[in-house]
Amino acid sequence: MSLTNQIKNQHLMWRAGFGPAVEQLGDLFKYSPKQIYKALVKASEKKPEYINVADDYLQGLYMGIEEAGRQQKKEMSEDEKKIRQQKSRESIRNLNIYWLHEMVNSGAQLREKLAFFWHGHFACRNLNIFYQQLLLDVIRRNALGNFGTMLKEVSKTAAMLNFLNNQQNRKDHPNENFAREVMELFTLGRGNYTEHDIKEAARAFTGWTSNPKGEFVFRKFQHDYGSKTVLGQTGNFDGEEVLDILLQQKQAAKYIAQKIYKFLVNEQVDPSNVDSLADRFYKNNYDISKLLEDIFTSDWFYQEKNIGVKIKSPIELMAGIRRMLPMTFERDEALLLLQRALGQLLFYPPNVAGWPGGKSWIDSSTLMMRMRIPQMLNDRDEFNVRPKDDDDQMMGSSSSLKKNDVNEDPKATAMKSLKRLNKPLQVNIDWSLYTKNFESIPKEALLANVTGILLQVKSQVSQDLIKQYSDNSGRDNFIKTATLQIMSTPEYQLC
Amino acid sequence: MIIKRKEFIQIGSLATASMLLPKFLKAFEGNVMVPAGNKVVVILQLSGGNDGLNTVIPVRNDLYYKARPRLGIEKTKALMLGDEAGLHPALTGLKELYDDGSLGILNNVGYPNPDRSHFRSMDIWHTASQSSEYLTTGWVGRYLDAQCKGCDKPTQAIEIDDILSLSMKGENIKGIAVKDPQRLYGTANEKFFRDVMKNYKDEPGEQPVDYLYKTMAETLSSADYIFKQSRLHPTKAEYPKTDLGNSMKTIASLIFSDINTKVYYVSLGSFDTHIGQEGQQQRLFTQMNDAVKAFVKDLKGNGRFNDVFLFTFSEFGRRVSQNASGGTDHGTANNMFLISGGLKQKGLINELPDLSDLDEGDLKYRIDFKNVYATVLNKWLNADDKAILGKKYDYLDFV
Repeated sequence: MSLTNQIKNQHLMWRAGFGPAVEQLGDLFKYSPKQIYKALVKASEKKPEYINVADDYLQGLYMGIEEAGRQQKKEMSEDEKKIRQQKSRESIRNLNIYWLHEMVNSGAQLREKLAFFWHGHFACRNLNIFYQQLLLDVIRRNALGNFGTMLKEVSKTAAMLNFLNNQQNRKDHPNENFAREVMELFTLGRGNYTEHDIKEAARAFTGWTSNPKGEFVFRKFQHDYGSKTVLGQTGNFDGEEVLDILLQQKQAAKYIAQKIYKFLVNEQVDPSNVDSLADRFYKNNYDISKLLEDIFTSDWFYQEKNIGVKIKSPIELMAGIRRMLPMTFERDEALLLLQRALGQLLFYPPNVAGWPGGKSWIDSSTLMMRMRIPQMLNDRDEFNVRPKDDDDQMMGSSSSLKKNDVNEDPKATAMKSLKRLNKPLQVNIDWSLYTKNFESIPKEALLANVTGILLQVKSQVSQDLIKQYSDNSGRDNFIKTATLQIMSTPEYQLC
Repeated sequence: MIIKRKEFIQIGSLATASMLLPKFLKAFEGNVMVPAGNKVVVILQLSGGNDGLNTVIPVRNDLYYKARPRLGIEKTKALMLGDEAGLHPALTGLKELYDDGSLGILNNVGYPNPDRSHFRSMDIWHTASQSSEYLTTGWVGRYLDAQCKGCDKPTQAIEIDDILSLSMKGENIKGIAVKDPQRLYGTANEKFFRDVMKNYKDEPGEQPVDYLYKTMAETLSSADYIFKQSRLHPTKAEYPKTDLGNSMKTIASLIFSDINTKVYYVSLGSFDTHIGQEGQQQRLFTQMNDAVKAFVKDLKGNGRFNDVFLFTFSEFGRRVSQNASGGTDHGTANNMFLISGGLKQKGLINELPDLSDLDEGDLKYRIDFKNVYATVLNKWLNADDKAILGKKYDYLDFV
């Protein structure tokens, strides 16, 4: 059975972006995947705008420390620090919502999708909003560019240097964390270097640190200028030269190509596909755009075995629903609660290895939660799930600003604010954009059409069952309710 | 056994028409059901990094009072355990357990190269990894993987929560999170989900969609199973009306039933007491103390205390010195409470922390927590700890 352009284009939109958008539905029948891919590339050509969500007040607080540092003044008071931390965390929440909004609404789907991949690859937890913004910018600017350039820029961000303790990496007192993760997680993968390589590489990164503004600083008096041997090469290497040595390893191209393949194509790796991708990625000097072109214009990408076999990550699921059903949230917190309950909160990866993905997204709680979301959006189900606390994120919880309230249970307070969220997620869906796509479809073909747009895998759920649970009182009502039911199935979790 | 099987088929059939029934039957012909007298583990996670030094207080150590002029708990207030140490004043029930010989305390538990981030350190405790490696499965989850090949329900490990912890997730089998068996997945769309499940006719394969359907089937059937079991012998004992009290009550009711659960998991927090530690720790310890006390009393009353092993842990302890905000910052090694009627070692099992030998202001660990896990897995659950932990860790002698 040959696949239709529609299913191939939807496949492309899900993998090279966050799913087809409602306004693109007409195009899915008109164009070939090649044409759509070309359009996707073109839409991502422009340099992304720097995202800045921090307000002037916070800007002042941060620049204040720098000022204080320069004038050798005393440090900020405890209260000032607390306020700053609190504000910074709030800003990271805003950054989360802003970027998620970009994933939903930006035409530069390919860039945001790859930025999302690199966000998981260069996974970093840091509570400083300015550092996070800078790292995100590096990733978004280089998402489709050169991997080597991105690696070097990321390695010089305050967010990553701090997260991986490189400010403690000094001559004669090396801290190996950064060197280890650069090899294990960012370039080569486990088993492709020795402990000795890590020790030596760590020496090359001594003195790499940042100032409070988040700018890279090289402290030459902390740097170890001696000779090092890394992966068989010997010299008085500095950090950049070590990164170059890592990039000279073909293994780095293979490691990255395989990880991208798993993310964009299939968790089940086809070794011959990955080997040829890696070869070309290496020959093309780590040009990410060329690698993506190799993937998205290949024949194998559109083979049936690669379609509908990826479990959407929580972000892909949420962004995908929002692209298909344009909606506004009255309370942005709902978006954060959903991310936490489903196990993927942007800017809070589980650790430097990022989100493991695949089947790990699914357990009894998260699967049921995912399948309930459509009815929550429709006010017919309540949000009665309480995500786990994240103490890194809370830093002493909501009572941190109210010293006198030590007897108040912060959890009770958190519950109160959740209670308000319990019933509806307070979402307004603009259905008209969606339903008008089906205007010319005869009634008896409606359900098949809706299903075809929403699912990338043959549905096990019978049409009769969907009909039984849909509102048959009118055409639009039927489309709406059937759409929500189809989105509430296991099949919708796949793309 | 025949009655049980019949009852189960009835429950299971609600969720699964064709796909799971034969496998369920198979599972029950094996030795899956826990016979009375079988052993279970209850894990109580103290989230946020509980301050161990104000939990088990070294009342005769000047260094302790020197480091904590404001936060140090006076000897007269502590609940004395012999001469050297005392419990936090809120832990009256645990003191009774100590007197009774059913409380053990392991001091200085931690791991090499400790991480002071909550998330990462919790990750390490959940996955039982080295601090330089990143595992994506939890130790209880891997116990399920090893123990339940061919099992159909993830009810061998239950977390009393809305969300499942990493520790409970195996490669192939994951535990189940249940906050309230009465409520479970009772949602507006529940009937639809059950019908979708009935509708599913395919032979289960290896595709991701099969994994989703399998998880859904397990979830719905487990939900029914847990609900029924929780009503078989619901405990009549009084429990405090707190979250933890309710959770312990649920656990007790399930322990008294015929459910096949071997591991229960529940969390309390947040113990992240950077400021206002006294009030926060007092409040949480009161909750813990009252809930554990009611739980033990209930187990004893029903003759099950010897079969239950409860232990507490936290992702890290806190710094030895108090900070300037009436609290303590993130530290390293910590103590663990071990509670059971079947303990072989009681009271203070090893030495108190050496406050004169610190690592940049933090305690040095003496016992790797993975030795504790290995002991529990091997000696209490009869499991292959080496396969689960990926390495052989020496056993301790507390059980």
